[in-house]
Amino acid sequence: MELDALILSRLQFAFVVAFHIMFPAFTIGLAAFLAVCEGLWLWTKRDVFKRLYLHWIKIFALAFAMGVVSGVVMSYQFGTNWSVFSDKAGSVIGPLLGYEVLTAFFLEATFLGVMLFGWKRVGNKLHFIATCAVAIGTTISAFWILSANSWMQTPAGFAIDPETGNFYATNFWEVVFNPSFPSRYVHMMLAAFITTAAVILAAGAWQVVRHHDQEPTRWQIRMAAGTLAVLMPLQIMAGHWSGEVAHEYQPAKIAAVEGWWETDRIQPTILFALPDEENERNIAEIAIPGTSPYLFPGEKGDLKGLKAFDAEDRPPVAIVFWSFRIMVGAGMIMLALGIWGCLLWWRKKIDKPGLFHWLAVPSGALGFISVISGWVVAEVGRQPYTVYGQLRTEDSVAPVSTGQVATSLLIFMIVYAIIFTAGTVYMARIATRGFEDDAPEPPEREHRAPGWSLGAVDEPAEGGSRNRKPAE
Amino acid sequence: MDFDLPLIWGVLIATAVMLYVLLDGMDLGIGILTGFAKNDDERNLMTATIEPVWDGNETWLILGGGGLFAAFPLAYAILMPAFYLPVLLMLAALIFRGVAFEFRHKAVRKPTRLFWNGAFFYGSLTAALSQGLILGGFIQGVTIEGRSFAGGAFDWLTPFSLLVAVSVAIGYVLLGACWLVLKTEGEVQRRARKRALLALAGVALCFAAVSLATLSIDPRVTERWGFSMSQIEVGKILPLAPIPLIGLVLTALVWRDLSGRVSAPDWRPYVLSAGIFLSGYLGLAVSLFPNIVPFEIDIWQAAARDNALMLMFVGAAIMLPVILIYTGYVYSLFWGKVDPEEAYHD
Repeated sequence: MELDALILSRLQFAFVVAFHIMFPAFTIGLAAFLAVCEGLWLWTKRDVFKRLYLHWIKIFALAFAMGVVSGVVMSYQFGTNWSVFSDKAGSVIGPLLGYEVLTAFFLEATFLGVMLFGWKRVGNKLHFIATCAVAIGTTISAFWILSANSWMQTPAGFAIDPETGNFYATNFWEVVFNPSFPSRYVHMMLAAFITTAAVILAAGAWQVVRHHDQEPTRWQIRMAAGTLAVLMPLQIMAGHWSGEVAHEYQPAKIAAVEGWWETDRIQPTILFALPDEENERNIAEIAIPGTSPYLFPGEKGDLKGLKAFDAEDRPPVAIVFWSFRIMVGAGMIMLALGIWGCLLWWRKKIDKPGLFHWLAVPSGALGFISVISGWVVAEVGRQPYTVYGQLRTEDSVAPVSTGQVATSLLIFMIVYAIIFTAGTVYMARIATRGFEDDAPEPPEREHRAPGWSLGAVDEPAEGGSRNRKPAE
Repeated sequence: MDFDLPLIWGVLIATAVMLYVLLDGMDLGIGILTGFAKNDDERNLMTATIEPVWDGNETWLILGGGGLFAAFPLAYAILMPAFYLPVLLMLAALIFRGVAFEFRHKAVRKPTRLFWNGAFFYGSLTAALSQGLILGGFIQGVTIEGRSFAGGAFDWLTPFSLLVAVSVAIGYVLLGACWLVLKTEGEVQRRARKRALLALAGVALCFAAVSLATLSIDPRVTERWGFSMSQIEVGKILPLAPIPLIGLVLTALVWRDLSGRVSAPDWRPYVLSAGIFLSGYLGLAVSLFPNIVPFEIDIWQAAARDNALMLMFVGAAIMLPVILIYTGYVYSLFWGKVDPEEAYHD
């Protein structure tokens, strides 16, 4: 087996999955936000919620399409590049992915059509149900994929066929609800909501600094700041919960996250270091000693350092160590922004442009940075295994040539660069443009007109338009 | 109770792929047809006929791929590396096709608009061709060793797979054009009818050629249809003969509907064309059954563990009817001709 195909396959999987995760993370949160807006509109009859809905659904349509197309890639990657893994683990995690398609993908994809194009045909209540169906679909989808991924982290409820060496389930309940699943699912769902809140806050802040003082802007900036202030503390707890589970089942990962080389009863919290894997030590370490009893209060024995594991059983230390700090750092900034925003709200200053707004605009990217670096911690931290402790990554790869993998990696990089650039530009254009004043009336029932797209953007393209012009 | 779970799953996955072909095949066919649209208005009208449903249609492909992984991991593990490059090509093409649905309407300047129109056309065309290449390569069979693929990177590339690729693309165009006949009116419909007729002629030729070529691909296929060395076994061919015959009759009926000799309801060409596909598909199933990696591995050898198949079977038995019901509901919701006024985004 060529090592090159292995490394390239790993790079390719990391790349396509990191690209993909941004869109589900964003659309899970955005679908929920849209459901809330539409629900509030139906309930309060206040126009502002309808305007929020009609504005964000356009961005949703774009992000969802990008999530779908990059998701299809994922369902074939396992086979094309990790065929041995697929053969070996198929009887265990295959059904979870099957359930994801059956219970979530069709629900999302089908009702997305109603959500985007069906308002004229179904009436408000049914349309709200379609929005909720999409939102619930995204949540169910995350359930199954997190379950499958968590099984790879903390495999449970399985045995190995002595003849073929294949995994099979002895208890599917234990497979689905494997030890790390509950904490990781909660962690990911919160991450999705937070990511979306950061984007919505950034878009609102942009409106404020541009003096587009509109009623929906005021609502969206408050909703987003409030969401961050409430969810970020919960996320810190969920992250810690996830860390405790990993500490129990994947001590090597935690040792890499913490940058611990030696095994000791009490370990420091390392703030900064350059892990030197060659010489098994940290360079330029800045640490607070003696903190581990507070972080892992349940731990009575030794806290393992990386040296307790054979070098070939350790994850790449520096990547895990630094990704973790990037994730936490980005989270802390979002927590600060949430609290700051709520303080400004309380002191009635949130609608006046200031430093907060200028900082909030670039911080729209922090959720994505956090999500991707968090996944790097989880997945690189799982190395050198695909199924932790059971199946090594080098034994999982498909028998495809280096040339083929190099070609595919190159093609994915080019294709994703193009659609990422275009998608980001189009989404940013909508997000920064402000709300439409005369958003179309919620269309009447029985209006015979298929294909009226809520997601359509009416750009002033050549050839006239039936545009709604951006509000001042 | 004792189910033959691998057989059930074989049928389920074959059905999912069939539905994909009929539904997203039509989307891809329309994508190819947009390349021949007179102007952007016509192009927008064409895409508006499928915009609310394409995403759901594509999901059948995920069920096909995901289902293969879940139910027949060994087949998935052999076939995906075997078709590495055409699968990659298909995925890249579907990416462009999928985002172009949205991006086309967002592009402000003319060059970008042209780019996304092109991405939609070439994406659809390439996806259709690469699906045909995969199908052709699949029918040919793949080289295996132990539990994995052991052939070369370009094993799938043969005159036969190229013929199948062209056939699939033309077949999709037929479905797409028939869908346009159903969903549009006036000038656009008239042109769709003409293109459907052209595509139908191509389909008749290609499907016949593929059928004959398939018969000669492996002696076991030839034998299954009752042709052996020098004689014809009537007992074998008779029960199977209706499959190609129905295909032929349906082709004639679609021809009659499209050529305007009779006043046919607008839904009929699509439904009858779907019937042509179905007969071809059945013919293929008869030729290859029970192989899931022709001609090496059958569905029982490739199947996942029974408890995995059973768990999924319960899920599918509950969810598939639900999916079909709400899919049908959404199709009925968007029933009727597309209104040009409403279809144009700009």
